[in-house]
Amino acid sequence: MIDTLRLTAEEAKGLVERREISGAELFAAYRAAIDERDGELHCYLHVCEDCGGEGIPIALKDVIGTKGIPTTAGSRILEGYVPVYDATVVARLKAHGLRILGKTNTDEFAMGSSTENSAYGPTRNPWDPSRVPGGSGGGSAAAVSAGLAPWALGSDTGGSIKQPSALCGNVGLRPTYGTVSRYGIVAFASSLDQVGPVARTVRDCAYLYSLIAGRDPCDATTVELPQPVALPEGEDLHGLRIGVPRELNEAEGIEPGVTAAVQAAIELLAELGAELEECSLPRSVAYGLACYYLIAPAEASSNLARYDGVRYGYRAAASERLEMYERTRDEGFGDEPKRRIMVGTYALSAGYYDAYYGQAQKVRTVIKREHDALFERLDALVSPTSPTVAFPLGARVADPLAMYLSDLLTIPSCLAGLPGLSVPCGLSEGLPVGLQIVGPRFGENTLFRIGHALERALGFEAVPERLR
Amino acid sequence: MAIDREQLLHVARLARLELREDEIERLEAQLGAILAAVSKVSELDLGEVPPTAHPLDVVNVWQDDEPRPCLTVEEALANAPEREGGFFKVPPGGAA
Repeated sequence: MIDTLRLTAEEAKGLVERREISGAELFAAYRAAIDERDGELHCYLHVCEDCGGEGIPIALKDVIGTKGIPTTAGSRILEGYVPVYDATVVARLKAHGLRILGKTNTDEFAMGSSTENSAYGPTRNPWDPSRVPGGSGGGSAAAVSAGLAPWALGSDTGGSIKQPSALCGNVGLRPTYGTVSRYGIVAFASSLDQVGPVARTVRDCAYLYSLIAGRDPCDATTVELPQPVALPEGEDLHGLRIGVPRELNEAEGIEPGVTAAVQAAIELLAELGAELEECSLPRSVAYGLACYYLIAPAEASSNLARYDGVRYGYRAAASERLEMYERTRDEGFGDEPKRRIMVGTYALSAGYYDAYYGQAQKVRTVIKREHDALFERLDALVSPTSPTVAFPLGARVADPLAMYLSDLLTIPSCLAGLPGLSVPCGLSEGLPVGLQIVGPRFGENTLFRIGHALERALGFEAVPERLR
Repeated sequence: MAIDREQLLHVARLARLELREDEIERLEAQLGAILAAVSKVSELDLGEVPPTAHPLDVVNVWQDDEPRPCLTVEEALANAPEREGGFFKVPPGGAA
C-alpha cells in the first residue's frame, strides 16, 4: 500500500529504482487518491491517463503548456485549447522520465491569491475545506499537501508559489528570475513571471529545481546556473548571516499567531548556528505593493492582447471583426483579468505613462538597490511568507485591494528578481504558517540549506490533521 | 484618483473590451480605489533614478540565424476557431 500523503518524491524514486513498486502502481496510487479526495478539494482541472514508464508522477499548474493536454490558465477564454507543443520545463521533465498526473487549478491567468478567480471554481484547502489554499497556484499546493501528487510545478509572479505553499503547509520555491525557462508558459507579467517547484520536502524541491533550471535557447531571458544545485544535508547553519527585516516582520496586518510561529523558527535558526541581524527594507515594503500593482497589470494588459478569438481559444459570435474582438474578450475574461487589463492599459496610456508605469519602474530600481545592499553582508532574509493563515472562501472576493494585501510580504523580493523559499514553520489556529527565506540572485543553495535545517529541526508534520 | 465614465470607456476601447453596463458601474468604483492605492508611488521623488524594466543584467541576446523545425500549418491551425484552407478566418472588418 502506497501512502501518498507521506511518501516524498525522493522515497518514491528509491522504491521504483529498487523495483519495490512499479511506475504503474505508483501512478495508480495517486490516481486513486485523486478519485477519493479531489471531488471535495478540486485541485485538478484535468487528470491524465498513465502514459507508461517508471518515472515519478508530477502535477503541473494549468498555465504550463502541455502538448496534447488541455491548458486553460483557469480561463474560459482558453477553454478547449490543446497546445501543439510542450513548454520547455515539460520537455525537461519528460526527458527525466517524469509523468504528468494532471493540470492543477489556478486563479485565471495566475491573477489572484486564493484560486477563487478560476473560471472553473475554487480549490479548497486540505487543512480546512472552508478555507482557500492561497493562490494563484492553489491547485498545485493543495494537491501536494493532500497527497494527490508527490510534487508539482507552479508559477510565481508576485507570490503565486510561495503564498499557497505557506497556506497549505508545504515547500515552494520561486527561483531567481531567469533561471527557469518560460517558453510555453501562459504569460502574465513577463519581467516577473517565474516557474518553480512545489514539494513536500526541501530536498524534493531542490531536486525538482535542478531538473528544470538552466538556459533555454527558446527563452532569451534565461541564464545557466553559476553553480549546480546542491541537495541539502545536515542541520548546521554556522557561518551564515541571516537578516530579519523589520518591515517584513512587523508589517500591519500580520496575525499574532503567524508572528509567534515565525519568531520561534527564527530563534531556532540561531540555535542551529546562524548569526541573526535585524535589518531594514524601508521603501521596499512601503512601496512594493503599489509598484507591483502597476507593473504587473501593465505587462498583463500587453500579454493578454493576444486573446482575440482569431488563432485559438474562445470566439464570440459577431458579424464584424472589431465587434468579435471586443465581445470575445468581454465574454472570455473574468473580472480580475479585466480589472488588471483596464488598470494596465490606463497606466500605459498617453498622459499617464510617466506618472504611473515610468514611476513604478523607478521605484523598482529603489527596491532592487535596497535588497542588493543588504546582500552585501547577509546570506538570506527571513520573514513570514503570508501575513495571515488560510482565510475563509469568499472573505476577500468583493474587495480587490484586500486580496492584493495577501502578497505584501512576497512582492518586494519578486520585484528585485530574487529567489524565495517558503518552508512550513508551525501552526496557528490549526493552520500552517510559512517562513519566507529570500536570498541573493542565484542563492538557491543557501535557501535550501537553511530550509532543510529548519525542516529537520522542527519536524513539522506536513499531513493535514484531518487526513492523518 | 477618480476615473470618470468617459475615461473608462476610452480605456476599454483601447483594450478591446466590450463592457456590459453592470461591469462599467462596478469598474468605475474599483478602478478608482485601485488607482488611488497605486498612486502611492508618486510620493517618492526619484528624478535621477533610472527605471528597471527587467531584473537581470542581460541585454541583446543573439542567436545564430539557422533554420530549425517549426510548427506545420496544420499544427498552427489546430486550435483555430474558424479556418479556410491554410488560413485563419475572421469576420469582415466593419466601418471603423
